[in-house]
Amino acid sequence: MGRYANHEGFLMERHALTEEAVANRFRGMETRLTDVDAVVEAERCFTCYDAPCTDACPAAIDIPAFIRALAVGQPARAASLILRENPLGMSCARVCPVEALCEASCVRVSDAGGAVRIGLLQRVAMEHAGPGAMAPVSGGSFRVAIVGAGPAGMTVARLLAEEGVQATLLDADSRPGGLNETGIAAYKMLDDAAQKEAAWLLRHPCIEIRLQTVLGRDVTLASLREQYHAVVLALGLAAQRRLQIPGEELPGVLPAVPFIAALRRGETVPVGREVVVIGGGMTAIDIAIQIRLLGADIVHICYRRGIEDMGASEHERQLARDQGVLIHAGLRPVEIREAVGGGMELLMDFWHKEAGKWVPSGKSVTCFADQIFTAIGQTLDQSTWVDDPKLMSVALDAQGKIAVDELGRTNLPFIYAAGDCAGRSPDLTVHAVADAKRVASAILADLKSEVA
Amino acid sequence: MASLHNTFVGISSPNPFWLASAPPTDREVNVERAFAAGWGGVVWKTLGIDPPVVNVNGPRYGFWRGDNQRVQGFNNIELISDRPIGTNLEEIARIKSRWPDRAVVVSVMFPLEEEQWARWLPEIAATGADGIELNLGCPHGMSERGMGAAMGQAPQLVEAVTRMAKAHTRLPVIVKLTPNVTDITWSAVAAKAGGADAVSLINTVNSLISVDLDTMAPVPSIDGKGTHGGYCGPAVKPIALHMLAEIGRHPTLAGLPVSGVGGVTSWRDAGEFLALGAGNVQVCTAAMLYGFRIIEDLAEGLEMWMDEKGYATLADLQGRALPNVCDWNCLNLNYMTKAEIDANRCIGCGRCFIACEDTSHQAIEKVSATGLYQVKVADCVGCNLCVAVCPVPDCISMAPMREGTDPRTGQVIDSIPRSWREHPANPLALCHAMEREKE
Repeated sequence: MGRYANHEGFLMERHALTEEAVANRFRGMETRLTDVDAVVEAERCFTCYDAPCTDACPAAIDIPAFIRALAVGQPARAASLILRENPLGMSCARVCPVEALCEASCVRVSDAGGAVRIGLLQRVAMEHAGPGAMAPVSGGSFRVAIVGAGPAGMTVARLLAEEGVQATLLDADSRPGGLNETGIAAYKMLDDAAQKEAAWLLRHPCIEIRLQTVLGRDVTLASLREQYHAVVLALGLAAQRRLQIPGEELPGVLPAVPFIAALRRGETVPVGREVVVIGGGMTAIDIAIQIRLLGADIVHICYRRGIEDMGASEHERQLARDQGVLIHAGLRPVEIREAVGGGMELLMDFWHKEAGKWVPSGKSVTCFADQIFTAIGQTLDQSTWVDDPKLMSVALDAQGKIAVDELGRTNLPFIYAAGDCAGRSPDLTVHAVADAKRVASAILADLKSEVA
Repeated sequence: MASLHNTFVGISSPNPFWLASAPPTDREVNVERAFAAGWGGVVWKTLGIDPPVVNVNGPRYGFWRGDNQRVQGFNNIELISDRPIGTNLEEIARIKSRWPDRAVVVSVMFPLEEEQWARWLPEIAATGADGIELNLGCPHGMSERGMGAAMGQAPQLVEAVTRMAKAHTRLPVIVKLTPNVTDITWSAVAAKAGGADAVSLINTVNSLISVDLDTMAPVPSIDGKGTHGGYCGPAVKPIALHMLAEIGRHPTLAGLPVSGVGGVTSWRDAGEFLALGAGNVQVCTAAMLYGFRIIEDLAEGLEMWMDEKGYATLADLQGRALPNVCDWNCLNLNYMTKAEIDANRCIGCGRCFIACEDTSHQAIEKVSATGLYQVKVADCVGCNLCVAVCPVPDCISMAPMREGTDPRTGQVIDSIPRSWREHPANPLALCHAMEREKE
């Protein structure tokens, strides 16, 4: 972690937090079980047949089986059972909204003791993960290029490598991990978890990784298609969606994701006193909690629709409230102006629901802020593709994502898309894993049928 | 209010809960604390001849943990009292004078040598102790020296040692039996023949509780080696209950007082021992795991249950379940039950389904509309396995089917009880019928 300083030109001088102070504040957000507690909790599992938790897990982890392994004192085996279905088991244990997925479907959810704490158990198990099987599988001669080393790309690479396919991962960044590395709050990924996981995932003799390699600048889709049997686009959504209101260009208005990435890299970042976060997803929560932990006095989250419509789960919202973050619904930004004497004024309209539709209520509010974050989503970044006429022929869907079929095939043969950039995939890490599993098996099936 | 007052072989105590001869009754300071906590009596840790035995200095206990880290089974390789007999006798005398209303029975283990019994039993009586318990059950350490279970496993020795003890004391003699025998009634018959006033059972069960797979040594391990020990705790209760019932329904043992021992942890366990004919109960492992304060739970729990059921005294409930213990061939084969799953309680875990499907009679199915499970009555044999695996209390019950046709067999249900002895499939049924006619 680097040092954190206040933004130059803000109203009042502030001290930079020490690295240790930041680490301690973030550490306080962690919930974890000791190994002994994990055994006791594991014994609460009823070991359901046809378990609803496994059905609810997008990655289809055999949850009763890994919990049983924990209960009988073999956490390393528990980890390998998780990794068998979800190579990103460590990240998912930290970032999955389990209260809306596996734990919501636990048969004990209405018990006095509540659902079995599957997420925390998975975390304990993953802390005992062994080095994993590294032996190359013989007989494979296929070569596949994967563009983007985020959750989806890394998972596809690992799954193909385990089947003996030579997987080459290309990433524009200097570190693998994608959004897992840059887009998830630092307090969820303490102890360099994402880099350790990426290192584990990519430590396979059949995986080659080429960093700082940009599609359209350093390689073209056409050249990849010539050199490899198949290409997977796992580009993520690298462009920040814009508010499209006056004042958006002011220096105190920042997109949340690059800010979170800078935090993750340990860079010095500006911290406002009165902060407004615009958005309602996990990213909005992540930035709001972090900026609060870093010393912001007042943090508002302003969301355009109702609380229940927010992308962030109730559990996440409560985490934010617990840190003193104020969440407001039905507020839509109209304009940002420089305030007299420094800072900004954010003008917002109140909207409310009438007959099931969101309409302006006719009222508005002006809010002072010395820092405004936008967390309103990302879009497919096509800026580097323009020189690649063949890539341009990859069809997009109505949302501007890459159009794919059920198994992740694009309109072009042997070109696939997985993860956030693909039209089908919702935005959770575990969804990227589930998507990657489908795409990997489709590639294997397609390549084999091509040979046959 | 029900009275818990207990009289066992003439020994009076304010409640039927005695601490069994074991570490909790090893010395004055423990027994003082036990009586202050409310225990009705103690059986003092077994005294042997001087100089006393020497215990191991490494771990002497091993255990099996069930869910939530609870100890379900416990074993030990501790020997009898390792303190001089004279010290013990002084302490017993002091305790008895301070707690005259509590039962103090002294456990002893001497070789079959007349002079030992002649010397020590009068000295024990002189302390004011209420009775003698013969330790014929300790299965480890002492038995290799020809005492404890080594005596208890040979009916002739049980009878001889009991007779010898009786010859040298006027105190009641309780013979503590070992479960490490083929048929407990042989031991009890021998004790009775030797003049025993009562028996107590069970002592610990021979056990090797586990093996450390890293060191390849049995647990508890003493410098890399281990030995068999005595098993106790909740895990052994079913063994004790069976032996208690066998003595209670034995034709020549009827009326022999029995002190029930083996895994008593709650008032309910105590109630079960009493219902099968025990005159009181002895407790050890539960006290060792939770401390003496469990006596409050045992006594208040038993009293409340007796009030609920209208039992005024312990004698009112003692042996109530005994007449219902019978041989298998006396069970009514016309009695029929079918499992019923309460859909309002079912949580859809599927444990009953997979247990029945894989290992029983394929009599449970998933209702696809609800994700819950239901019983296929035409396949259910009423075995009860689903009840055992269901994690939800009272969700699955066994409902008696008293009339109509059993959809499994197509047979009309006969409301007249019929056991194997009268069953048409039994080739000897006719002989039984003729015997009955003769009677």
